[in-house]
Amino acid sequence: MSSTETTQPSSFGGMEARSTAALNTTARISVRNLDFVYAPGGKKALMGINFDLPDRQVTGMIGPSGCGKSTLLRVLNRMYSLYPGQKATGEVMMDGKNLLDDDTDINGLRARIGMVFQKPTPFPMTIYENIAFGVRLHEKLSKSAMDERVEWALSRAAIWGEVKDRLQTNAMGLSGGQQQRLCIARTIAVRPEVILFDEPTSALDPISTLKIEELIDELKRDFTIAIVTHNMQQAARCADQVAFFYLGELIEIAPAAQLFTNPAQAKTQEYITGRFG
Amino acid sequence: MSATIVSTPSFHKRDPAMAAALNRRRRFVDGLVRWLCIIATAVGLFFLASILLTLILRGISSISIITFTTEFRPTTYGDPTAETGGLYHAIMGTLVQTAIGTGVGTPIGLLVGTYLAEYARNSALGNAVRFVSDVLLSAPSILVGLFVYQLVVLPMGGFSGIAGGAALAILVIPVVVRTTEDMLQLIPNTLREAVVGLGAPKWKMVTLVCWRAALSGIVTGILLATARITGETAPLLLTSFGNNVTSFNLGNAMASLPIAIYQQANSGFPDLIDIAWAGALIVTFGVLAINIVARLLLAGRK
Repeated sequence: MSSTETTQPSSFGGMEARSTAALNTTARISVRNLDFVYAPGGKKALMGINFDLPDRQVTGMIGPSGCGKSTLLRVLNRMYSLYPGQKATGEVMMDGKNLLDDDTDINGLRARIGMVFQKPTPFPMTIYENIAFGVRLHEKLSKSAMDERVEWALSRAAIWGEVKDRLQTNAMGLSGGQQQRLCIARTIAVRPEVILFDEPTSALDPISTLKIEELIDELKRDFTIAIVTHNMQQAARCADQVAFFYLGELIEIAPAAQLFTNPAQAKTQEYITGRFG
Repeated sequence: MSATIVSTPSFHKRDPAMAAALNRRRRFVDGLVRWLCIIATAVGLFFLASILLTLILRGISSISIITFTTEFRPTTYGDPTAETGGLYHAIMGTLVQTAIGTGVGTPIGLLVGTYLAEYARNSALGNAVRFVSDVLLSAPSILVGLFVYQLVVLPMGGFSGIAGGAALAILVIPVVVRTTEDMLQLIPNTLREAVVGLGAPKWKMVTLVCWRAALSGIVTGILLATARITGETAPLLLTSFGNNVTSFNLGNAMASLPIAIYQQANSGFPDLIDIAWAGALIVTFGVLAINIVARLLLAGRK
């Protein structure tokens, strides 16, 4: 599934899908022969998944509910390890190491692979503390360095202007869209290499959604991004490459423009034209 | 998809007489149930109001600053020149023993509740602990007194304030366990995943975020437990026993408000019975105050 330039007209549903010419082929994370079960001996929720997350590119993951796209995201940062019985086998390679190995430093891994969730999850503390919390887990910073980091993270998440005068107020008082950008800032503040977005805008209004999509576009200069979305237009707007999942299998992965205009698989075609899902 | 709607000529026709009869029946049942509810409420409220009214009337007339500053004195009955006593000894005893009970029981209950909610949700050990804690929650408090009598009073060779505090602590534990577990379980898993997703170890997730998110609920549970033990009598009878002089020595028998009420109400002397009423008023309003604070805290979290 290497990137190939396409000559197809790159339009999808009236929206311009991004050009594929710039698609970077250096893999930040490589997934090989990945299987996943939610319970020992249970049905496989993911079967034989193979794909790469290209460095500093956005990979969109689409597919109907229950197809395994969120499950896959939760494998990449070992979130599933919280729940006894859930098990992934295969390889998730990052810098020559298999993240699924038992000896992986999971907390260190999660500092390198951050995650933003479907629902905004501000912690019950001040805005400042929300950002500083994650940083303190991994670094000892002076007060001024921490102030700088907090400002940097909030600025990168495009929320600094809205909160700079109320850093010491409780984060629960922010609006839903602000909370979600706060959560993105919190993730960025730890300075991960990869950020996983799990339907980050499905609980937000259109304007907040737009802000977050713009943000994702801006963030990919520095971060490798994977985004699960139910919204194909969003995948077309944000993603450089798009992966289509169905019933636990990766049906097709291709540059966004190609997948949405000229999919190789009939199943993909059916899904993106709305015949099911 | 075009389904044919079959309609017979009588489909929309109702028998007006039958409809009226059914309507009458519904109204009758509705009225009956409503009145049963109102009567039951009135009966309950009547007794509550009667108790409170008696308590306030008898208590207010007996309470004075002396009640709070003087310890027990023998009856003034038949000796109008003698000074009346108060409840200072009992108030102090209750404060000390309640403080011990809450102070010792709260951390244990908090940790057990945290274990149940965060570490042992579906484990066999967790279920066993939860079951035992629930049994303890509904166990008669005199049994707890008996337990501490065997465990502390007999080995120490006498009643003591520390034994009273221990009995109250045992009563606090299951209440705090339950509220801590319930409040932690209300926290959505997404919040936990968000903390862990930043690379936080589990103990930091629990202590820095989960406890904070559940704080007002947990504090409410602690206050309710405190309110409960403030009025406990039975376990103290077998542990701290009661004392007519003010004592802060935890190795000695110690007075407490419920037991002072019990003893002085049984004394048969009108002046001592008056002091018992004053004590009842103090306990009731103390507990009421704690409950109000707890409810305000709980309302504040919404």
